[in-house]
Amino acid sequence: MTSPLLQVENLCVSFPGTGGARVRAVDGVSFTIERGKTLGLVGESGCGKSTTGYSLLQLIKPTSGRVIVDGIDIASLSRREMRPYRRRLQIIFQDAAASLDPRMSVGDLIGEALDIHGLARGTARLPRIRKLLDLVGIPARLLQRFPHELSGGQAQRVAICRALAVEPMLIVCDEPVSALDVSIQAQIINLMQDLQKELGLAYLFISHDLSVVRHISDRIAVMYLGRIVETADKHEIFGSAAHPYTKALLSAVPVPDPDMERTRERIVLRGDLPSPANPPSGCRFRTRCPVPIDDCAQIDPPWKTLSETHHAACIRIQGIPETSLFEGVRY
Amino acid sequence: MTYSSPSAETEIEIVRNETGRQLAFRQFLRNRAATVGLVCLLVICLVAIAAPLIAPFDPAAIKLSEKLRPPSLIHWLGTDHFGRDVLSRMIWGARISLSVGLTVVIFALATGVPVGLISGYTGGNTDNTLMRLMDGFLTFPPLLLGVAIVGLLGPDVQNVMLALGIVQMPVFARIVRSATLAVREETYITATRALGAGVGRIIGHILGNIMSAIVVQVTIGFSAAVIAEASLSFLGLGVQPPASSWGRDLSEARRFMNDAPWLFLAPTAAIMICVMSINFLGDGLRDALQPRSWRSHRPAAKEPNAT
Amino acid sequence: MTSPLLTVNNLRTSFRSDRGTVRAVDGVSFTLNRGEILGLVGESGSGKSMTAMSIMRLIPEPPGSVEADELRFDGIDLLALSERQMLDVRAARIAMIFQDPMRSLNPVLSVGRQLTETLRRHLALDGAAARRRAIELLEMVGIPMAKSRLGAYPHEFSGGMRQRVMIAIALSCNPSLLIADEATTALDVTVQAQIVDLIKTLVKDIGASVIWISHDLGLVANLCDRVNVMYAGRIVESGPIRDVFYRPSHGYTLGLMSCTPRIDLVGERLRPIEGLPPDLSRPMTLCPFLPRCAHSVDRCRTERPALIEEQPAHWASCFADLTGSWRQTT
Repeated sequence: MTSPLLQVENLCVSFPGTGGARVRAVDGVSFTIERGKTLGLVGESGCGKSTTGYSLLQLIKPTSGRVIVDGIDIASLSRREMRPYRRRLQIIFQDAAASLDPRMSVGDLIGEALDIHGLARGTARLPRIRKLLDLVGIPARLLQRFPHELSGGQAQRVAICRALAVEPMLIVCDEPVSALDVSIQAQIINLMQDLQKELGLAYLFISHDLSVVRHISDRIAVMYLGRIVETADKHEIFGSAAHPYTKALLSAVPVPDPDMERTRERIVLRGDLPSPANPPSGCRFRTRCPVPIDDCAQIDPPWKTLSETHHAACIRIQGIPETSLFEGVRY
Repeated sequence: MTYSSPSAETEIEIVRNETGRQLAFRQFLRNRAATVGLVCLLVICLVAIAAPLIAPFDPAAIKLSEKLRPPSLIHWLGTDHFGRDVLSRMIWGARISLSVGLTVVIFALATGVPVGLISGYTGGNTDNTLMRLMDGFLTFPPLLLGVAIVGLLGPDVQNVMLALGIVQMPVFARIVRSATLAVREETYITATRALGAGVGRIIGHILGNIMSAIVVQVTIGFSAAVIAEASLSFLGLGVQPPASSWGRDLSEARRFMNDAPWLFLAPTAAIMICVMSINFLGDGLRDALQPRSWRSHRPAAKEPNAT
Repeated sequence: MTSPLLTVNNLRTSFRSDRGTVRAVDGVSFTLNRGEILGLVGESGSGKSMTAMSIMRLIPEPPGSVEADELRFDGIDLLALSERQMLDVRAARIAMIFQDPMRSLNPVLSVGRQLTETLRRHLALDGAAARRRAIELLEMVGIPMAKSRLGAYPHEFSGGMRQRVMIAIALSCNPSLLIADEATTALDVTVQAQIVDLIKTLVKDIGASVIWISHDLGLVANLCDRVNVMYAGRIVESGPIRDVFYRPSHGYTLGLMSCTPRIDLVGERLRPIEGLPPDLSRPMTLCPFLPRCAHSVDRCRTERPALIEEQPAHWASCFADLTGSWRQTT
């Protein structure tokens, strides 16, 4: 068996909060990503999913934990030692236009990525830039454009192109389509899927939109308040979600089908996300959980293995739930 | 409220090979006031450089028989109380004023920008130490600090330049620091870091994007220096006679305000025109350096499938 | 049959810009019945928010210009009202909630103050009565410990709670029409579900009509009785929710449905709508969706389709026959 492309072990990130308390934005997160596969990381705002993505790339230094790429723990590397590994891991952002220096043209932006790692110099440079732009469907006539002259979809294509220029193995995608209109969103999702097939890329796809995540992911990890509460292959999450939070999340996603919308059962959670500076004792979800018991406040729920690929952290899980949230739909 | 959609593109369009700098220049030329400012400043510079060639008289030549003459065909701007030609003094004075402005700004740039960049980029204790130091400078009223330094080192143009440079350094440092702090958090800086760019390249990106703030400060600093030099010379701390400077002449003209108003008006007008040109130039540069104003292509004239 | 609450006839909103006149809303007509929830869907720039802003007369003129053959709300001709009279209508009769509650609330005034101010001005309540009513309202929108939170400032509330406060303010004068412009877009799905439930029950209780503006087809499917699909400043399809969702009759509606990833369906490849929306500053003589349409027919290239009633109450402006192009879910 080959080792996974990326292995994250017990990753913790904390920030200094108000009054000396440390805010544990990411609190012991572990997962692996296989070559050419997509892990969807879902959760609501403030659950630490973006921080997880940033700390994988060492853009935020993890407080503790290991990030293993090719057998090397990059979390322990110095800034200088880290630089060659930056080529392996890339990132794209929600606001693509803001991720491009406003003073640089499309051609210069892609060229810079090549220059940083000394790829394609001299006469090989321009043809390489054109080829890369072609790969993401940006016509060559946009080469001289500046970021503010691009539409949202075009800007995201250029951002993807810039990431691809350094030939990464994994791209962390931080809500890459959330700011786009659905028609453009579909174009970008399809592009990302095509690129994955063509180049064997792996994605960490961070999003709050479960419909999109379901569409693009192979595996899914659900985060709540700095922890992963459930992780499983896609069909397992959508077919037999075990954690009450995952169930609530799934049931809250609107479906563009009036009859199903009006008949399906909805688990409406109470209240808001507690502050990560002061998380509830025991299970962090218990304050909003529809089915809490007394033990939940005492026991930090251990991982339960539901199948080889399906794990969830909830003391109330007995077996694999069988009922589907969407009746009549096969998974 | 404009409703712009970037979809105005079709295949028919002119692609120009222009860098951001060229586009910024094109945008700059669209601003009439700024262009006038630039032209005025260029003229003043040329006059200053060519002073020995174009000044009709020796600015220091005393001719008491001609003293306090109003403007005439021979002395376009009249003469002063020593019978010196005011126009010639203005022309030579431009040399002093401009070189003071230039030197002061270069000094402040060379010292203030690195301090601000280091402070903003590294943050933490370095930032605290540097900024407290700069705050220390800023607590003195600027002119007073200038007077103190010149008083310490002796009245001389070079000392005036040094004094004004020191006065302006913390202002540059603060502005560069706050601009750096803002730009450092931009997504494109994070994105560039993620690409593996080194510190030098990141600093390059930051500098490029705080350039408009720096340019504006340069023009403010330049005009402040011209005025400050005038003030110090007015107080007798700057240029020493018989050399001429706009401020010096203004200070001397004060005694003859009623008898010879031209003596007073000429340096005032010179300072005003110079400072205003610089300010217009600065405004224009600030706007032109905003990438939002750059257009690398011309929107096509009509939609092919509309008719 | 009673008269509709709101009648919009041939609404045209345009803006002058350096690139010419932009027709943000270009001949929109619809009616809204009492107690009805009407959805306005479309992508950014489709004119859905502009339609709402025009109805509320919130478009700054100039650079904007709002014209209509008829804009009648509960028997009142909105276009004939003075700015002062309109102010009263806006506060007491038509309420609006926006995507970003933080920007709609004044950050330096306490939530209680903002609530009671509205109540005192428009319902002429005295201080104590306004306070009691404010607490009632906050309780009604599900804010725990309402009494103690009257003195709190907007930044002390979470996003969901702020939107609840906005709803409380919007509903404080028992409006007959509530316009919600992407009211839940900035919220997390679990909080969105709470807010949608809340709005559903509240408008039923006070008998208000709702115009629900959203880009999210799922939300519209959940909440609305009827839906108008907008594209390039026009309504391209309009009808009862089930008709539009199960038998989309315009190429754009169909395209929108096909490119939306769905949580209930196994991932087939998405069928995106290629290209970009048209530039609204250029005159359009054909169907605005034609350059992006996957179902266009020859006739689309020669004349512009009118909005016609294809099925009872189901209107669409499309020449293509889309029967059977969409999976029948039920």
